[in-house]
Amino acid sequence: MSIFTFWKTILKSLISKPATLMYPFIPRKFYPNTRGSIKNKIEACIYCGLCQRKCPTTAIVVSKPDKKWQIDIMRCVTCNACVDVCPTKCLSMENQYSTPVAKE
Amino acid sequence: MSNRTVVPFGPQHPVLPEPIHLDLVLEDELVVEAIPSIGFIHRGLEKLVEKKDFIEFVYVAERICGICSFIHGQTYCQGIEELMKIQVPDRALFLRTIWGEMSRIHSHTLWLGLMADAFGFESLFMHSWRIRERLLDIIEETTGGRVIFGSCKIGGVRRDINSEVLQRIQGELNQMEKEMKEIANVFIKDKSVKNRLVGIGVLSRSEALMLGAVGPMLRASGVSQDMRKLGYAAYKNVEFEPITSEDGDSYARCVVRIKEVFQSFDIIRQCIQKIPAGPVDIKVTGNPSGEFFSRTEQPRGEVVYYLKANGTKNLERMRVRTPTFSNIPSIVKVIPGSQLADIPVLLLTIDPCISCTER
Repeated sequence: MSIFTFWKTILKSLISKPATLMYPFIPRKFYPNTRGSIKNKIEACIYCGLCQRKCPTTAIVVSKPDKKWQIDIMRCVTCNACVDVCPTKCLSMENQYSTPVAKE
Repeated sequence: MSNRTVVPFGPQHPVLPEPIHLDLVLEDELVVEAIPSIGFIHRGLEKLVEKKDFIEFVYVAERICGICSFIHGQTYCQGIEELMKIQVPDRALFLRTIWGEMSRIHSHTLWLGLMADAFGFESLFMHSWRIRERLLDIIEETTGGRVIFGSCKIGGVRRDINSEVLQRIQGELNQMEKEMKEIANVFIKDKSVKNRLVGIGVLSRSEALMLGAVGPMLRASGVSQDMRKLGYAAYKNVEFEPITSEDGDSYARCVVRIKEVFQSFDIIRQCIQKIPAGPVDIKVTGNPSGEFFSRTEQPRGEVVYYLKANGTKNLERMRVRTPTFSNIPSIVKVIPGSQLADIPVLLLTIDPCISCTER
């Protein structure tokens, strides 16, 4: 049983940079793989509805006759299932998280 | 004998963010009985197999628990693959093992931090989580998510890691291991830590077996049982021995978890050396039928998935037995005889995950 076992770590933290980021001033870095939010290049979309069928949270609603593609970002869990099945590759996963909203 | 008082513990308690309620029967400061009640966050995920098809359900299985998310998904996928007689490519099995061990390290360092916080060692808590943060960055880089990996699917994995990245990860993990040794030294040797943990909540070997304890709780009582020894995924190709301790107290559970962190670093190292080239997934056709028990070792202990399929795209029944559920009888057994002030630390030593337990 010993005491002062922490001194080495304390000394190191005193001389090193902080491990945290000054968040709003230094933005955090995202990786190319980061699942942030779904984006649809709507001009390439053929409204096939595959993404709607594969979405586990039923966040996507597609209507072929009206040419409408809608996503409810509050339901989306960014699982990447829709991006995987999209036949025209118009859906993509953005690295940035979707912006905060005040109400659903 | 003094008068008995009942002190409610939870469902909202500062020591853990999840709702478990204990009625603690006290004689002065001594706890003589603990009556647990759970059921505050039941979400009915098992019923959801009737709505979601068996491929979509991987997403649900991963979201049963936030911390052992990957291994939940892996256990479910292994069960379905067994039912459908799918031969998963070797590279996918190795990647699953690497991610599984990463999630074990991140779960254990999270627990070590929470533990340090519970016995009032704030700076140790911060340093445990500082190390964990670097691991979460590696996980985000390779899978895309920080805690919900989303990288396991039926028939393999959804992403590959190329060999350059694997070598770089190896370097970073070696560095993390060095830093972890310093922190582990504090947990193992420091007087103030030992004062709070040694001799608290002793669970003997026979009690642990009788009450069906699992995971580090069982191994800390001297039973060498680890589901990874079943040889699922790539564990048949790596060398490791279950870590045990004889004492069965809170300190033993802490030491077992610390040693398991280093064991996980070692398993990842072995996997990176041995990983074969090849495809990472296989096309899945048809529907599962039959029933199967899928068992794996989570950071918290053994998880069992019971799957019953009837040849349609929806499973007929799915049942999960999570490690915390198996450990609740043991914690109810060890609480009587402890001081009231030790209860938060003692409850944390089973690494409770109540959302898991209630699904």
